[in-house]
Amino acid sequence: MNDHQMPGAGHDTEVQLQQLYQEVILDHYRKPRNKGVIAASTHQLTLNNPLCGDVVELQLVVRDGKIVDAAFEGSGCSISQASASMMTERLKGRRVADALELDATFTRMLHGDEAAASDEDLGDLRALAGVSRFPVRIKCALLAWNCLEELLEAPA
Amino acid sequence: MTAKALDVERIRNDFPILNRKIHGQPLAYLDNAASSQKPAAVIAAVSGYFLNSHANVHRGAHQLSVEATDAYESARAVVADFIGGRTKELIFTRGTTESINLVANSWGAAHLAEGDEVLLTLMEHHSNLVPWQLVAARAGARLKFVGLTPDGRLDLEDLAAKLGPRTRIVALTHVSNTLGVVNPVAEVARLAHEAGALCLVDGAQAAPHLLVDVVDIGCDFYAFSGHKMCGPTGIGALWGKKELLDAMPPWQGGGEMISEVQLEHSTWAAVPHKFEAGTPSVGDAVGLGAAVRYLSQVGLEAIHSHEIELTEYALERLTELEGFELFGPREDRVGVISFRFGDIHAHDLATILDARGIAIRAGHHCNQPLMRHLGVDATARASLYLYNTRAEIDALVEGLIAAKTLFGGFA
Repeated sequence: MNDHQMPGAGHDTEVQLQQLYQEVILDHYRKPRNKGVIAASTHQLTLNNPLCGDVVELQLVVRDGKIVDAAFEGSGCSISQASASMMTERLKGRRVADALELDATFTRMLHGDEAAASDEDLGDLRALAGVSRFPVRIKCALLAWNCLEELLEAPA
Repeated sequence: MTAKALDVERIRNDFPILNRKIHGQPLAYLDNAASSQKPAAVIAAVSGYFLNSHANVHRGAHQLSVEATDAYESARAVVADFIGGRTKELIFTRGTTESINLVANSWGAAHLAEGDEVLLTLMEHHSNLVPWQLVAARAGARLKFVGLTPDGRLDLEDLAAKLGPRTRIVALTHVSNTLGVVNPVAEVARLAHEAGALCLVDGAQAAPHLLVDVVDIGCDFYAFSGHKMCGPTGIGALWGKKELLDAMPPWQGGGEMISEVQLEHSTWAAVPHKFEAGTPSVGDAVGLGAAVRYLSQVGLEAIHSHEIELTEYALERLTELEGFELFGPREDRVGVISFRFGDIHAHDLATILDARGIAIRAGHHCNQPLMRHLGVDATARASLYLYNTRAEIDALVEGLIAAKTLFGGFA
């Protein structure tokens, strides 16, 4: 009587989901690195995504044009929080100009640029390449990076 | 009287979009609290109006203008009748949000003074909160909020305690868009009147699902939206008691709403046109009229019992899942099911379910103060309507199990 059976996800979509939720991403979601407060931060900014409620507060210690420490606070989906966690790992010890370059590469990767997705400078962040197949989730992955841009591009 | 049973397979045939495939999977549309889908009868009414009868309303002496005016005004009559109101008391608006803004700005600006109080609840949608914040700030009035019981109902003792001599209006939702709870609005209206206050009911989540009678409720204003009840977006209504509407000043000025215009002053058209400045959304009003006819034909009792039965089935299956946590009561509710599932964020759940063709909502549901009260930043929400089936609930349950597997269990 019921001809609209409900099978599971199709094969392609299932593969895309597995690429989206890789172990390394879930690991950063559940055991975030550099999560907490840096008392002596030189830069800090909180951004939220009003549509879904994701929040990231990024804190940086920048000295002589170099990011010497980075941490974040926040709550939200696995993509937003894992992205923030991985980002802070890749920022420490990086010059501000390099950090902005990393941001540009990461952003290109999320918009489907395959050359960017194979850039080794991204490290673990390459695990987030699968987000490009889920357009509504790109803003989740970019939340922490939007904080970074606003903090580093602001006039000193 | 027993309601005639609802034939879901037949109903589904009335909604062309339900044949869509999403990511190659059949669509299971469980986001009805955000917006419902449209039956072919509504789509045909809107398109038929533009194909055959469109002109501006209440103006020309030509045939098409007469037909357009008839179509618009007869839509008003069926929509008013649908909620038990009189035609003259039914104002077309863009939706619930605009209806509440109309009351806050027109009635509020005329009647709220410094030190007066507006009593709201912790479960209000932003559309029944922010308009009052704006008008209260201008008037120097205070907002007060009725709290909730631990299982997510309105705390009536708290309501009685917060109603006072300065309370001018109690504005509350009929059905919570997050908790799914049905509030005892008739009792609240009675308590409000005893305290000398008015009562506005936000019916956005109730009018599509319950047999509403504004006279039985005894409220002063009732606001609702077309798009959540099978009608088009951009159309909704405000019902109000005639004597209140008559005494209220216009909110927006322009064409349609005037009687006579001089250079320095004007007089106003009678209610409801006094509150309908500018050319209205005639095609959408016609569509809402068709939606109301469709819902009445299926029968609100039949729709309600179908949804209640499906909600019970859904809660039975979902609460068997380890890690499933429901927000809102088990009883006195409709099919708005907000939940969290282990440590998988609502947004991740929505993505995983979407891959299986299942549409749910994830987020704060325009309910940020309630989210803070519940101690969460977001919930997942599945919301049901007349065309949903047990097979779709089964798909939701399987989708959640798949999400847990994908996440390697819960942390």
